[in-house]
Amino acid sequence: MEGAALLGRLTWQLADVLDVVVENARVKTLALDVPEWPGHKTGQHVDVRLTAEDGYRAERSYSIASAPSGTRIELTVECLEDGEVSPYLSDELRPGDKLELRGPVGGYFVWEPALGGPVLLVGGGSGVVPLMAMIRERAAAGSDVDMRLLYSSRSWDDVIYRDELGRLAGRGLTVAHTLTRSQPDGWNGYARRVDAEMLTDVGPASGDRPHVYVCGPTPLVEAVAATLVELGHEPQRIKTERFGPTGG
Amino acid sequence: MSFVSRGFHGRRREDVDASRVPPGQYVTPDYPVLSAGPTPHTPLESWDFSIVGEVDDPPRWSWEEFRALPSEEVTVDIHCVTKWSKLDTSWRGVAIDTLLEGVQTSAGHVIQYSDGGYTTNVPLEDVTGGKAWIVYEYDGEPLEPEHGGPARMLLPHLYFWKSAKWIRGLRLQSEDEPGFWETNGYNNYGDPWKEQRYWGD
Amino acid sequence: MDALTLDGNAVAGLLHEVFGTEMTVATGTCGSCGASGQIGAVHVFRSAGVVLRCSWCGNVLAKIVRQEMQACVDLSGLSGLAYVHHTGA
Repeated sequence: MEGAALLGRLTWQLADVLDVVVENARVKTLALDVPEWPGHKTGQHVDVRLTAEDGYRAERSYSIASAPSGTRIELTVECLEDGEVSPYLSDELRPGDKLELRGPVGGYFVWEPALGGPVLLVGGGSGVVPLMAMIRERAAAGSDVDMRLLYSSRSWDDVIYRDELGRLAGRGLTVAHTLTRSQPDGWNGYARRVDAEMLTDVGPASGDRPHVYVCGPTPLVEAVAATLVELGHEPQRIKTERFGPTGG
Repeated sequence: MSFVSRGFHGRRREDVDASRVPPGQYVTPDYPVLSAGPTPHTPLESWDFSIVGEVDDPPRWSWEEFRALPSEEVTVDIHCVTKWSKLDTSWRGVAIDTLLEGVQTSAGHVIQYSDGGYTTNVPLEDVTGGKAWIVYEYDGEPLEPEHGGPARMLLPHLYFWKSAKWIRGLRLQSEDEPGFWETNGYNNYGDPWKEQRYWGD
Repeated sequence: MDALTLDGNAVAGLLHEVFGTEMTVATGTCGSCGASGQIGAVHVFRSAGVVLRCSWCGNVLAKIVRQEMQACVDLSGLSGLAYVHHTGA
């Protein structure tokens, strides 16, 4: 049901935690089954709500990491040291638990194969999550749309979905990493913050009118969006999802 | 009984004296940053603080003049309407009583106004008698822009939305004038001990 | 640049709750500068309530205060709001 992801009542639902998978030292992916899941578009997110015994509540939003797959969705969560919700999702939640959430929401920041390309995805840290959902959907649909990911991480160990991205690259999908804090021996990729030169090298030319999606910590998103406009990309074709000062 | 997330406690501090925590509040170890708009960055050379409205001779201080006024250190608990409280916060600033010395007025209401357009209203008696300060230091350091610097109101006996960040002046009026949040659902007075969060509370 | 700024998309769930439908793809027109754009692209600030600001001129488009059983919504900064109405149930 195509329209279902945008239409319909939005109610809090209880999802079953199926699995908690380690992506790296700080990042885990939760596999959930959401019994009344209406389907989603890649790029959308869910609001997650935790309630303590005395009624204390905390709510956060998490991008859906997976392509549509029945009632199963995946959320990838970066554990923030001083966080309130992410440490719970990362370290406490286990298969068999339930998680209260509502969604999908966020029809603005979506891509689907029918939109075509070329597509430029720029992600910083956990900002890669909704972009990965788009990449996964493209692969599942067997699409060969020109899609390019420019992914900024602190170090090689911080790169989420590292192996999967390596496997999916090719057949029209380009993956470029930049490692801003430390690089492994022999690294000859980018080793600095995303800038105009990098965007020009990696991205489609502004004249090709790509669909652009930028996601991550607010400072990165703002800098990249501004640079893309300076490079001639149309502001209306640049969709941004700022995660706030620290991201995630 | 609504759903409870197994094993979830949150980051609130639970080892506190309950008599210091207003109803419905939780104590946080952090200092969350909440803002209704982008952080203003007024250069100190252009900054001034004024008392305007129903006063005969509206005083105005430049940053140097303001810093030269008698100031004091205060340690207070603060309570945000979004349910977090922070205990024993320490500040340095100028008492509103000091700023109002010599100011003649028959007005009963004060409108705080800030860079960026934020306003909030309080009765004059709630900022006098040692109850409020314009502060420029937090925890011994200059007040950071994201927390309201160079200077903000500190009015601890009301919910913290009544302590305007980036404050530039007080407007004294006979008529009350509900401010930015008071016009959109938040209580006109805001006493945390009576849990006056919203209209009708 | 302000590190606290979020996009309208970040409050998609709240907007859906308030309006009863997905609003990030609705088009809003700023009553102050006349700029039009998708609500998903406006600037959002979290304060005592949620504040939506025009990404061009900074004018307050909307304020939303959500309480337990009701919400107070001020839309006076918007001079227009348009969304595509889906047919069917």
